[in-house]
Amino acid sequence: MTPQLLTTTLFLAVVAATVAVTVWASRQTSGANDYYAGGRSFSAFQNGLAIGGDYMSAASFLGISGAIALFGYDGFLYSIGFLVAWLVALLLVAELVRNSGRYTMADQLAYRMRQRPVRTAAAISTVVVSIFYLLAQMVGAGSLVALLLGVDDGALENLVIVCVGLLMIFYVTVGGMKGTTWVQIIKAVMLMTGTVLITFLVLMRFGFDFSSLLAEAAANTGKGDALLQPGLRYGATLTSQIDFLSLGLGLVLGTAGLPHILIRFYTVPTGRDARKSVLWAIGLIGSFYLMTLVLGFGAAALVDTGLGSAVAQSGGNLASPLLAEAIGGGSGSTGGAVLLALISAVAFATILAVVAGLTLTSASSVAHDLYANVIKRGAATEKSEVRAARVAAFAIGGVAIALAIPAQRLNIAFLVALAFAVAASANLPSIVYNLFWRRFNTRGSTWSIYGGLITCVALVFFSPVVSGAPNALFPGGDWAWFPLSNPGIVSIPCGFLLGWLGTISAREPSAEAAFDELEVRALTGAGSERVRAPVPSAAVPAGRLEPVTE
Amino acid sequence: MDESREEDGGGRGRADPDGELYRSLHASAEFQTLRRRYRAFAFPATAVFLGWYLLYVVLSSWAKGFMSIEVLGNVNVALVLGLLQFVSTFAIAWLYARHADRELDPIARRLERRYDEETGR
Repeated sequence: MTPQLLTTTLFLAVVAATVAVTVWASRQTSGANDYYAGGRSFSAFQNGLAIGGDYMSAASFLGISGAIALFGYDGFLYSIGFLVAWLVALLLVAELVRNSGRYTMADQLAYRMRQRPVRTAAAISTVVVSIFYLLAQMVGAGSLVALLLGVDDGALENLVIVCVGLLMIFYVTVGGMKGTTWVQIIKAVMLMTGTVLITFLVLMRFGFDFSSLLAEAAANTGKGDALLQPGLRYGATLTSQIDFLSLGLGLVLGTAGLPHILIRFYTVPTGRDARKSVLWAIGLIGSFYLMTLVLGFGAAALVDTGLGSAVAQSGGNLASPLLAEAIGGGSGSTGGAVLLALISAVAFATILAVVAGLTLTSASSVAHDLYANVIKRGAATEKSEVRAARVAAFAIGGVAIALAIPAQRLNIAFLVALAFAVAASANLPSIVYNLFWRRFNTRGSTWSIYGGLITCVALVFFSPVVSGAPNALFPGGDWAWFPLSNPGIVSIPCGFLLGWLGTISAREPSAEAAFDELEVRALTGAGSERVRAPVPSAAVPAGRLEPVTE
Repeated sequence: MDESREEDGGGRGRADPDGELYRSLHASAEFQTLRRRYRAFAFPATAVFLGWYLLYVVLSSWAKGFMSIEVLGNVNVALVLGLLQFVSTFAIAWLYARHADRELDPIARRLERRYDEETGR
């Protein structure tokens, strides 16, 4: 069996397993509650795994270990922001959002604001964040799969993008939240298993002496101690130091505002389970990032990462796969081929799970917020709403495929950081204000959402990542006047400030009056959406035929 | 499912259409204790971990000499502080879980039960 054939076989096995679980999940999916929230039937541990599956994208699996292999310590800085961010979700957001919302990010705003303006704003922001993130993942998927299969062919990359797109549409339209969650659980288990295995093998090679691993990494890369110190990537100039601070802010405040993370909290029976699932997620994600430290420095120690090497040319993405090959016995050995194929399959599963989660999130928001509550003003039937969600998933998937193919030749790696920055500037302010500030109102939330979103996107448009630099999106033009590639340090305060300004410039007694209710519900779970144990039909009081209460 | 549509409108359940029960729960001494205990942990903890994280980012950018001091073999201050970020994240998560289990959940459960009894849920 050639290595390519082995890799392809494992890829197909991942596809077969995820398709099977989606079809199985579709049989258990009947109403909106199942479609949007997986029937709220997942345990805290299962949801913790799924959160990990949703969050640890190929960018963090391959990207961070690659960044550590190339830039040492500066790559590690990334993973810390990604982890610490979960404390915002744990302490301020997860349980409270679960208790006061229903299916989408907009629900908990709509609890005390005017429905149509806040739902429209939240839906726009959800779709924008998700499309940015989705596009980055899909473009990555094309080149990555081609790289992992060892083929350099534009047509194949297009084919991969189309296939990944069709698969994600399938998971989301057929399996809904249940199918998508199971795909994420499968991926998280694969990812953790693969990472533990390679980490163990690398540490064994160095006699479980982390310091000698670092020494070998510093020596093998020829970068010496600089690899272990801050500054290889960031911090040459004051601008890049501020840029890094801006990135750090976006990462740490963005996570709790990412719509695809927020809707994960709805899949568990109670708010307390939402809190527990975040605890599981912190454990998983934290140990994963600790292991990427070993993978990254392991690749620096054992694989050629110098200028012109395969790792450097792939921007670091190939560091983990090639490390797996090296630790298994090197190129040409059976062990090397098996481990390489295994890690490639893990990366593939990672891409599939993340794109499915993003598509489901935007489709849910379009159907539940825009279609059912803005267009139909809450008069849509449950059936038509779920149908709208499926249609929206098709449309969003189609748009993502259509945009990803031409975007392949462009440098769009900045889109992930941009998605975090938008989440932190547009979504987090209104979520936090809504939960903790009585006076907050409709104008405040629309101003902070639109204001944060527009500031973020505009600043990036006028930044060196879009024009005026050799590796920009449009290297030919130059209209950059904003010096930072990460807008967070300006746009996050902007979002909070606009939310405050909008609020104090208008009075909305109904929103203030509903604050007490929201607070009781958010902190106690009283009256929140939950799942009841099935009751024999004779015992069900009239008007309460659904398992969902209220 | 028509009643659940209504709920999208105002967020209230059918059983408590004008939110009176919520307001009476909000006024109860028990809820005020719950609210105080929640905020007394969540707000300072947030300030602490955000401050500590930003300090770490700032040190990485502006105190390279300090961060490069080797502590143990090839492990330098930067790496130790980075690993301490992991430790502090795990520790705060664990402390909050314990705080919620002991100080918050018993009250929250009682209030939730009272809501259920009053509304016949």
